[in-house]
Amino acid sequence: MTPNEKKQLQITACKVRMGIIDATHGAKAGHPGGSLSAADMFTYLYFKELNIDPANPKWENRDRFVLSKGHTAPGLYAALANRGFFPVEDLPTLRHIDSYLQGHPNMNTVPGVDMSTGSLGQGISCAAGMALGLKHQGNPARVYTLLGDGEIQEGQVWEACMFAAHYKLDNFCVIVDNNGLQIDGNIADVMSPYPIVDKLEAFGFKVLPIDGHDFDQIEAAFNTARETKGQPTAIVMKTTKGKDVSYMENNAGWHGKAPNDAEHEQAINELKAILAELEGK
Amino acid sequence: MADVKKIATRDSYGNALAALGAEHENLVVLDADLAGATKTGVFKKAFPDRHFDCGIAEADMICVAAGMSTTGLVPFASSFAMFAAGRAFEQVRNSIGYPHLNVKIGATHGGISVGEDGASHQCCEDFALMRSIPGMVVICPADDVEARAAVKAAYEYEGPVYLRFGRLAIPVFHEEGFDFQIGKGEILRDGTDVAIIANGLLVYEAIQAGEALAEKGINAMIINMATVKPLDEELVLAAAKKCGKVITCEEHSVIGGLGEAVCSLLSEKLPTKVVRIGVNDEFGHSGPAGALLKQFGLSAEHIVETAVELCK
Repeated sequence: MTPNEKKQLQITACKVRMGIIDATHGAKAGHPGGSLSAADMFTYLYFKELNIDPANPKWENRDRFVLSKGHTAPGLYAALANRGFFPVEDLPTLRHIDSYLQGHPNMNTVPGVDMSTGSLGQGISCAAGMALGLKHQGNPARVYTLLGDGEIQEGQVWEACMFAAHYKLDNFCVIVDNNGLQIDGNIADVMSPYPIVDKLEAFGFKVLPIDGHDFDQIEAAFNTARETKGQPTAIVMKTTKGKDVSYMENNAGWHGKAPNDAEHEQAINELKAILAELEGK
Repeated sequence: MADVKKIATRDSYGNALAALGAEHENLVVLDADLAGATKTGVFKKAFPDRHFDCGIAEADMICVAAGMSTTGLVPFASSFAMFAAGRAFEQVRNSIGYPHLNVKIGATHGGISVGEDGASHQCCEDFALMRSIPGMVVICPADDVEARAAVKAAYEYEGPVYLRFGRLAIPVFHEEGFDFQIGKGEILRDGTDVAIIANGLLVYEAIQAGEALAEKGINAMIINMATVKPLDEELVLAAAKKCGKVITCEEHSVIGGLGEAVCSLLSEKLPTKVVRIGVNDEFGHSGPAGALLKQFGLSAEHIVETAVELCK
């Protein structure tokens, strides 16, 4: 990746974060913390990794993305909107009555959403089913799914992992957002899923631990995933919950709470400052 | 009646899948380590590359089926009714029902006629659970011919379908070539004194009851209502209007199944006396299927007694 490419991704990620803040502020609800932690991943996926066409969201040869941690819909929506699937101006209608931007992703109302999710643990199985379905039909498209580190407490996640390894789904890439926090506190205190890397390796995955805010590492991981044959890949990314909004960072209280008007203004100003620095203004 | 051919509808399921599989490349079958019992093994033998065992992981299987359906395949996800509808209810609700995906759930071993395995495996709640999901079609065929026709109809229908089959071999009374339509009931005997609306293995019992009642001077209308949802409202209303009294019969709890669907309709549109025959608010237990059905009142004899009482 060239320095300029990387800077462009960082600029886009900052805009995605602004979208997350605008959406949750407009909704007066929603989940900013885990959306912000995954904002760089959403950006890389939708602006670099996924083979997709915003003009043809149901294109049958597209790569698929399933947001297994469906509550971070604001992050997905902000990435989709910035990528051109629907207007960025619609983001603040999130969760409003009659808005197509449902609180959790709905594949039948939101262009670009490949699976309706929200009930934790189910998205990874659906994504594995997509990967098997595509492979079975000789379609070279790949399937990606993003899970929360709290979500992997769900038993179904491990059923899906067994399944993906058993069927050698090398077109399948699981991403775990290890921001370390869930609603009730630190994941290690609530119900420790650690050691995550060892567990996924034991289940038959090629596991790639990375810094989820470093685009070079993200790119390298996806390159390795694409080259890995005969087994699925898992990217376990260490992230900061609430990343780039100072008062939200590493604070479980911002898992599922919207910024009020003053907090919204502060967050946007902080992100604007980051954007100005990136753009060299 | 000893010469009546008997086939379990789970066998019909496996055979129908194998027949349809030969015509349709996009038909795939999933199972959760029960391919021998659900009879999807018949399909597996014919099309090993289109049969996917998910192991003992029904929640995963249901969602895998959902994901596969989005790639243009038509998955039939199979397990016992207890696990397909019960254990995986929320997966069916959220990953198949809510996105309205084209997945078919083939649930065998419904009801107490599972027999010796006992209450843990005797699912009498699946109609109730599946009926409550918006957009879900719920079908419980009455014999081999109808079961195979229902599998074909489910394949041809675009959207989620729950099919309930049984373990016990039951009499085959439909003629080959019977035209099954989702949402259409079937009048097997016309009558004027009482309408007996049944599905599954209770349909044959109802036919027997109809003959016995005729000998007692009671002219019963016998209806096979294989589709629990969407209910053939027109037929239920017409039958209730004509007979003025209704008996429902199902191998399911009296709570939430065919009986309750009929009661809900009639109470709103044509208040009519209804007696529900089914499993009362209790669990089953181990025993031979035939003996259990008699003990729980799921028999022609009990239908006759109920009708006689109702027609006094």
